[in-house]
Amino acid sequence: MSRVMYLHIGLVVAAVAMILGLRLLGNEYAWYMGYIILQYVLLAVSWNILAGYAGYVNFGTAAFFAAGAYTTILLGKWLGLDLLLCVLAAGVVSGLLGLGMGWLTLRLRGVYFSIATLSLAVVLQTLVVNWPYAGGSSGVYTLRPQDYLVFGNFSEFLFVLMLVLAFSGIAVAAWIERSRLGLGLTTIRDDERAAAAAGVPTLRLKLAATTISGALMGMAGAPLPYYASYLNPEAAFSLNYTINAMAMTLIGGTQSWVGPVIGAVLLGTLQQGATVTISSAANLLIVGGVMILFVTLAPKGILGLIRARRRKGDRA
Amino acid sequence: MLDSFLIANAVTSGLLLGCLYAIASMGLAVSFGMLDVVNIAHPAMMVLASFLIAVICAASGLDPLLAAVLLAPPFGLLGAGLYRVYYIFFERRGQEAMQGLAFFFGLMIVIEVALILVWGGDQRWVETAYGGHSLNLGPIGLPLRMLFPALMALAAIAVLFVWLRRSFTGRAVAAVAQDREALRFMAINPIRIKTIAFGLSIALAAIAGGCLIVVQPVDAHSGHIYLGRVLAVVILAGLGSLPGTLIAALIFGVIENLTATIFGPAWSPAVAFGLLLVMLAFRPQGMFGGAHG
Amino acid sequence: MSALLQINGVGKRFGGFTALAGVDLAVAPGERLGLIGPNGSGKSTFVNCIAGDFPRHGGEVLFKGEPLAGLAPHERARRGLSRTFQLPRPFRSLSVLENVTVPLRFGAEALGPAEVHARALNCLELVGLADKAALHPHSLTQVDLRKLELARALAPEPTLLIADEVMAGLSHSEVDQILELLFALNGRGAAIIMIEHVMRAVTAFSQRLAVFVAGRKVAEGDPQTVLATPEVEAAYLGT
Repeated sequence: MSRVMYLHIGLVVAAVAMILGLRLLGNEYAWYMGYIILQYVLLAVSWNILAGYAGYVNFGTAAFFAAGAYTTILLGKWLGLDLLLCVLAAGVVSGLLGLGMGWLTLRLRGVYFSIATLSLAVVLQTLVVNWPYAGGSSGVYTLRPQDYLVFGNFSEFLFVLMLVLAFSGIAVAAWIERSRLGLGLTTIRDDERAAAAAGVPTLRLKLAATTISGALMGMAGAPLPYYASYLNPEAAFSLNYTINAMAMTLIGGTQSWVGPVIGAVLLGTLQQGATVTISSAANLLIVGGVMILFVTLAPKGILGLIRARRRKGDRA
Repeated sequence: MLDSFLIANAVTSGLLLGCLYAIASMGLAVSFGMLDVVNIAHPAMMVLASFLIAVICAASGLDPLLAAVLLAPPFGLLGAGLYRVYYIFFERRGQEAMQGLAFFFGLMIVIEVALILVWGGDQRWVETAYGGHSLNLGPIGLPLRMLFPALMALAAIAVLFVWLRRSFTGRAVAAVAQDREALRFMAINPIRIKTIAFGLSIALAAIAGGCLIVVQPVDAHSGHIYLGRVLAVVILAGLGSLPGTLIAALIFGVIENLTATIFGPAWSPAVAFGLLLVMLAFRPQGMFGGAHG
Repeated sequence: MSALLQINGVGKRFGGFTALAGVDLAVAPGERLGLIGPNGSGKSTFVNCIAGDFPRHGGEVLFKGEPLAGLAPHERARRGLSRTFQLPRPFRSLSVLENVTVPLRFGAEALGPAEVHARALNCLELVGLADKAALHPHSLTQVDLRKLELARALAPEPTLLIADEVMAGLSHSEVDQILELLFALNGRGAAIIMIEHVMRAVTAFSQRLAVFVAGRKVAEGDPQTVLATPEVEAAYLGT
């Protein structure tokens, strides 16, 4: 059986196990916690598609994420669309946002792209704040249905939705890694000029990466209005999402999708526990501090440390 | 109906603000424009300086602009140390593009959150003797709380320009911006020159911090809007052009202030970041396009 | 017989500095052309203009009769124009073998994975790197990196190869190795423009020789004749 089959089967098994496990636990808060961690898994894995695979740092994760959330709000208001359709729409919207950003700035050096993404979040947030239909600065309330299809309660549904999205994101990242797109992105990251000379259509591949990455981030944000029941721009565009996507990926390791997953599960769980004991500001301080430490002392992240250990073991 | 006096005053205040933006951006123009070190934590360090100056002034009654001059050397040393760390762990390993950028981003977050934890989220401001007064040239009013920092900013920039042109180390810094390898032929260690230059950029942040806190109240999150402004100015100018940075800052100050006067101050962040996006999309080399591109 | 590569009046300015001024040059199919000149004479700028790294100022470049204007570097590569870089630029995250598969996987031909692998291995054998296929670039010597650079450039079986100072800093026998390689490639039909400072190699290799001085072509023709021209001698006496 090929590695791909192993991966897909493994994901399905893990998913079923998680759902059953949480059902047994019977604690509604557990669904919430799981949702948040899976949301960060998706954000980190998609951030890594651009950063780890292509070498481009996105400082505007919050913008793509919030665009997804607001797509749900706007489509819900305008067309009364079901959440599942909103998720797909959010993917399209954020994907186009990624494409647009890329098209404007990817002909330049990577750092200009990064600076542009920094601006995107602020510009988008200002737009939303001044847009009454989207709720403006006062925000929007979203009514949740009591239950949904076969699921016991709506929280469980949201959890399963995010589970499917996160695992799909992992499958997409894994696919990129073994595809020609992934090979091309690696050459672009290593030496863009040489890649072009070797026939790699650099701009096209970079645009593909920003589009896919953006779309996944948008889908991560789409269920947020239902999860939180109340959403305003400050919460949707929170710098937390940007910082966490980056920190989780860099701490976990950028070489493959495994790194962001490790980082997201580790940091996500720690932060969930921490919010009860320390202030959110202190939490952010620790995340930022740990990221600086890792980036300085263990630039290949936890994944890199594991691989280094294994290589030492091979030699010994 | 737009009052012409209103416009004239808006333009004048815009120019004064532009001087503040110039000193705030000059440090980044040196570190990013000349040394290619993308220190996005620069505005955060400026805000840190503002807070420290507020504390010093509260304790000693010293004038904030003077306190800024005193704070500049220690900040310069801090900057030098920071560059050493950056060089050893990122530049030397060829990891500036991602890990280096994340390093400065992390630093920015850590500084901002540390300020909140230590001093809370409130605004800080320093009362000066001249704070409430204005110099009136006919119908144009020049508030002293904006005029003095503007003059200080211009003075600091003038000193910087003279140093870069006249002193040996200054000219070496200008040389390293053009061609990193060139200095080796003169048996000058380019790393040492870059360390000095980066330290200088942080010292400028200290001066900027002093000017800032005289002009307006500062809180821990002020770094955000200034990041947009400073990046917009530096890119509008074109990397590597210091005089261009001054001109770009003045232009930017006027545009932003006019927008705020006509449409309201809530749009200021959009002006900064929006202009930045437009510049990147259509003319990334800026007005006076420099060595990098 | 129409030229494979036709360059008419191509120039390039960097701000106020004219790196290239109105150069005319033609390369016939399967020809071996040598290009020499002192440092700063515009040879590398010339290569970069043809390869599409930056737009030229004035003139035109025709490859196989078609203008290259506006085509990105990767599109020129797909049409059969390959180049090496003065300083080898390997893909450090990839193995030696994987490096060579890149132009094959992104080339104009649609190749299956088995064929890509086979052809890449074949290229490595040609340059003598087959035993190092699984290694990464950081373990290679300078000569080996040059060979890898060449292997990567010849993998897509280019119609024209621009070899930019591939012999720089190599030993006598290493130069011979690379020379043999290039002759073999030429034997299979590829035209080659060799840009070199190593006179021995360029005179042995070229059917025709062109000389650049200060952004202009000052001589062109049979190698022995060209090297005896007064301007060429003058250009090199001070170097």
